[in-house]
Amino acid sequence: MLELTDLKVNYGGVTALRGLSLTVREGETVALLGNNGAGKTTTLSAISGLVRLAGGDIKYQGESVAGEPPPAIVARGLVHVPEGRRIFSTLTVHENLLLGGYLVRDGKELARRLERVYELLPRLAERRGQEGGTLSGGEQQMLAIGRALVAGPKLLMLDEPSMGLAPLVVAAVMEVIHDISAEGTAVLLVEQNARAALEIAQRGYVIENGRCTLEGPAAELSADPRVVEAYLGKV
Amino acid sequence: MTAVPDRAKRPGPTIVTRLMENRHLGWAALAVGLVAPFVIATPYAMNIMTSAVIFVMLAVGLNIVVGYCGLLDLGFAAFFAVGAYTSGLLATRLSWPLLATVPAVIIATALAGVIIGGPTLRLRSDYLAIVTLGFGEIVRIIANNLEVTGGPSGIYGIPGLFGAEAADPVVFYYAALVIVAVAVLLAARLGRSRLGRAWRFVREDEDAAEAMGVHTYRIKMAAYIAGAIWGGLAGVLFAAQLSAISPASFTFLQSALVLMAVVLGGMGSTPGVVIGAVVISLLPEILRDLADYRFFVFGVLLIVMMIVRPQGLWPHRSRETARTAARSGES
Repeated sequence: MLELTDLKVNYGGVTALRGLSLTVREGETVALLGNNGAGKTTTLSAISGLVRLAGGDIKYQGESVAGEPPPAIVARGLVHVPEGRRIFSTLTVHENLLLGGYLVRDGKELARRLERVYELLPRLAERRGQEGGTLSGGEQQMLAIGRALVAGPKLLMLDEPSMGLAPLVVAAVMEVIHDISAEGTAVLLVEQNARAALEIAQRGYVIENGRCTLEGPAAELSADPRVVEAYLGKV
Repeated sequence: MTAVPDRAKRPGPTIVTRLMENRHLGWAALAVGLVAPFVIATPYAMNIMTSAVIFVMLAVGLNIVVGYCGLLDLGFAAFFAVGAYTSGLLATRLSWPLLATVPAVIIATALAGVIIGGPTLRLRSDYLAIVTLGFGEIVRIIANNLEVTGGPSGIYGIPGLFGAEAADPVVFYYAALVIVAVAVLLAARLGRSRLGRAWRFVREDEDAAEAMGVHTYRIKMAAYIAGAIWGGLAGVLFAAQLSAISPASFTFLQSALVLMAVVLGGMGSTPGVVIGAVVISLLPEILRDLADYRFFVFGVLLIVMMIVRPQGLWPHRSRETARTAARSGES
């Protein structure tokens, strides 16, 4: 479904990605693990067209999408939930969700999608008229995910959805992501919280210094001593 | 920041907010404008009121750029000047009727919007403000130095809105009032459209908007061009009112005053900006009795107002949040 080959990205003189390759298959949840500065966020930004590639290619359903502007990529169904949620704190929950539907011109279709998001995330329905900034951290994350869902993703890219959330809330967010993938949407999940991510993912990649250094089925990765040492900690 | 405790204090919609929610208030304001000449119709009063109406148009135009889209423009007088000069030149040098210059003004100001916006809209916040400030000055200095624009003495003998003879000030006032009322209504509509929604997304978080598929550069350009057209059309009214224009009317002070009207009234709020514009344009006249002290008092009043009511006289959100909050229980 999505294939990144030998991706290279520079920020000024700093190299963020030096030849990263990975694949996401139809309907699959893939975890992207790694330390700060490894290049996880950059990978998502590159797919979304938010940063320019210095090399490599991005193929989506067999077609190269490298160099396309972000709106075209969203229209293809590659939707990004940015790090730190980035919801609009002074707009209401409903208005926030409307941003996700910005490219949906058919009013009925938009209403149907909004209804589905409210069904999936009932807390948002309760808080429909409330300003985004008054929500709790977990609710804000749900809102960010809901906003992306309104765009009708075929591949949902999530950047650190567990950031700054209490363990119980992290579990709830992961549950929602699991539900989304169960409905057939592919998920590319960037996480520091490797344990939570590997629980819901089928496969995973470990990124170090802008390259994939390890890849494999989630169960194998959680058992790999190198992963345990670096990201899970000894139990 | 202050909005949160402020809201917590308020238990429900007060009389004021309920009044602010009233949809017929715009018509009431128009009625006040229509009745005003029956109360006082001295040439001086008509002149002041007409200027206020034109100023409303400018403020509503800048509100599209600053209020809706969040782009700080410190050179808005540039578009005002482009509109006034385009119209004035065509009317005097080529003897076009003033109304016939309107399409040309729209094209010229939209073009000016593209020329100024093209390079500047890639910049953000502070940088954008500085560059627009520069462009505002460039336009004024060009007008000051070109022969065709009449140099420092400008253009004179511009015909009235409906013909060569300057019309009765009361007639002109009514014409301006109706035109501006339509322009205000259109701007408010635009703010509530799909484009208006995109402007708000860009204002709140450009990156998030971009990530969700909003073409931010095009959206910002649209705001800039819309603002430019509003400013340019205000320029036509201005040229028609004074029948003479010169670079001295399009200084940075003018840009700053329009911005002040937008901020004072409440960024992004149409009724707020209309009130802000009326206050900014009438206050110095009301304070005229204070002679030399009037701009001092004007400044002090502005400072006091911003301390007491930093969100503006009539902020954008008060209406929507009050209503949606009241409704969320039922739905």
